[in-house]
Amino acid sequence: MFVRGLKRKCFDGEEDIEGTLAGIKAIPSYNLQRQSLLDMSLVKLQLCHMLVEPNLCRSVLIANTVRQIQEEMTQDGTWQMINTQSTGQASLDRLVSTDILCRSSREQAEGKHVPGYSTFNKDFEGDQTQDSSEAMSTAASVQAPRNLQSNVWEMENPQENKGTFQKSLDQIFETLENKSPNAVEDLFSEVDNSYYDLDTMLTGMMSNSKMGHCDGLETFSSPTTTTSNSNCKSDLNELDHIVEILVES
Amino acid sequence: ADIISTVEFNHTGELLATGDKGGRVVIFQREQESKNQPHRRGEYNVYSTFQSHEPEFDYLKSLEIEEKINKIRWLPQQNAAYFLLSTNDKTVKLWKVSERDKRPEGYNLKDEDGRLRDPSMITVLRVPVLRPMDLMVEATPRRVFANAHTYHINSISVNSDYETYMSADDLRINLWNFEITNQSFNIVDIKPANMEELTEVITAAEFHPHHCNTFVYSSSKGTIRLCDMRTSALCDRHAKFFEEPEDPSNRSFFSEIISSISDVKFSHSGRYIMTRDYLTVKVWDLNMENRPIETYQVHDYLRSKLCSLYENDCIFDKFECVWNGSDSVIMTGSYNNFFRMFDRNTKRDVTLEASRENSKPRAILKPRKVCMGGKRRKDEISVDSLDFSKKILHTAWHPSENIIAVAATNNLYIFQDKVN
Repeated sequence: MFVRGLKRKCFDGEEDIEGTLAGIKAIPSYNLQRQSLLDMSLVKLQLCHMLVEPNLCRSVLIANTVRQIQEEMTQDGTWQMINTQSTGQASLDRLVSTDILCRSSREQAEGKHVPGYSTFNKDFEGDQTQDSSEAMSTAASVQAPRNLQSNVWEMENPQENKGTFQKSLDQIFETLENKSPNAVEDLFSEVDNSYYDLDTMLTGMMSNSKMGHCDGLETFSSPTTTTSNSNCKSDLNELDHIVEILVES
Repeated sequence: ADIISTVEFNHTGELLATGDKGGRVVIFQREQESKNQPHRRGEYNVYSTFQSHEPEFDYLKSLEIEEKINKIRWLPQQNAAYFLLSTNDKTVKLWKVSERDKRPEGYNLKDEDGRLRDPSMITVLRVPVLRPMDLMVEATPRRVFANAHTYHINSISVNSDYETYMSADDLRINLWNFEITNQSFNIVDIKPANMEELTEVITAAEFHPHHCNTFVYSSSKGTIRLCDMRTSALCDRHAKFFEEPEDPSNRSFFSEIISSISDVKFSHSGRYIMTRDYLTVKVWDLNMENRPIETYQVHDYLRSKLCSLYENDCIFDKFECVWNGSDSVIMTGSYNNFFRMFDRNTKRDVTLEASRENSKPRAILKPRKVCMGGKRRKDEISVDSLDFSKKILHTAWHPSENIIAVAATNNLYIFQDKVN
């Protein structure tokens, strides 16, 4: 009856958690569910149809939901609480969903025209190949949710996280509408040099990765790299592994 | 057969138009009632079929433009021909549907097959005569209103002056004159200067049935704005603003999504508007902006399933709603091929099903019931058995009689009142 592919962590029929003893124990569960709703929403925003323009109403509603969750999490101060969850398992889930994301969008893209947003890629490239940046951005997007958590480890204050998050949301909206050359420049202005490092690292690894990804993934790559210099470098081996899976090399 | 994406009766109810995902329009015409067969009370038969829109490719954005017909609206009949507007995401077209039951015979310069005759063989001058022929219905595109919408058109509405109409997309509403295709006036623009600040979109729009200066549009935040075109050229400032205060006890992360209005319709009287959001239908009095006068629960049993419905995207389904001719009954669709009718006077409601398996032709429809949990009575359906792929988004009600058209995916059902 329901769509397969995403691990479901829904809180349908959940009991009222306010003001009861059981409620105190249930609070982490509410956070977990809220987190999973957040993840689901982010995947929904990224997973757009390659050939037809995404439904703007749907995107706006999902983005508003994401903002609402993020604001509530900031108010609760529960950004810190995220890291207490087992990140290993959580990130695996995200890996899975991104993998499926890539697979389904790659299948759609076979033999089809490259979407217009990828001009963002071309402008940015210079001497880079399109393939490498695609794979890099995919890998970086997998990094993205994990980096949101690792940011917490570094004791950054929630306000900064909010800013990072807000930027990624905004950039999704930028890509949703018709891009002007100026908008593309605005996106670039926030990318720092670590982006290039990641690129050179990955250039040698890529061979045949197809252009199959929604540009929403790319919008995620920019904000994460601004805060994850050290993380990227230290997670290099994991990144290799992820990228290998994704490009099936 | 393709998935039906819009259904609309014309102003007399004689014609019923459907548009589908493949860009085709099929028009049904009601049979003349005959005394010989009184039990066949004017059934609808196919009258005309034509391809209204073709898939296009936007080379600038490298995106396909779907040929799916989003809306059809009829123009009132002013001569022997019928006119309708049909629209896809980007382009509105005015179609003329006319009958031809005579053809000229006896041309001078060409023979019966249409081939030109050799002029040297022509010795007699004759005037062509009109002779009867088998009825032929032809549809011709008379106007194409293109390139005025950056976003996807969700509504079109013919003005009561019969000279203008409006088309609404996610962020803008344009006013057109039927005669002019290379210009349109922008009357509403809610696009923020910075797209990053976008939090609300236009979901539906309609002209007032009698006042040609008044229209309403609904938003994804559950609000309706009524605008008067006499106040200014750009109607960004509403004359009335309809919004129901949120119920804090029902608040969840999905509150905004389920409050998004998917359809707005004026009553025939022009006094009320009806809005459809995900779980309810609401009737508003134009004179009272702070809350609706009536709220009807369409399928409240889904309230506890919102997370699953969010996951499978069903929560974004856009259901339409319709008034009957006298504004006493309202109808809207649901899942599992169910549709609901609410009698505003008696406050009674009924759930019916549009499916071949569960009803024979000419049999009276049996009311259906969904049970929430616990003991399921015979003939009831449990919420978990509902088929969410069978959704009735589009329905239409004959302007004066109790005849309804219900689109269930790629099937069209027409139901009538039982005659004794």
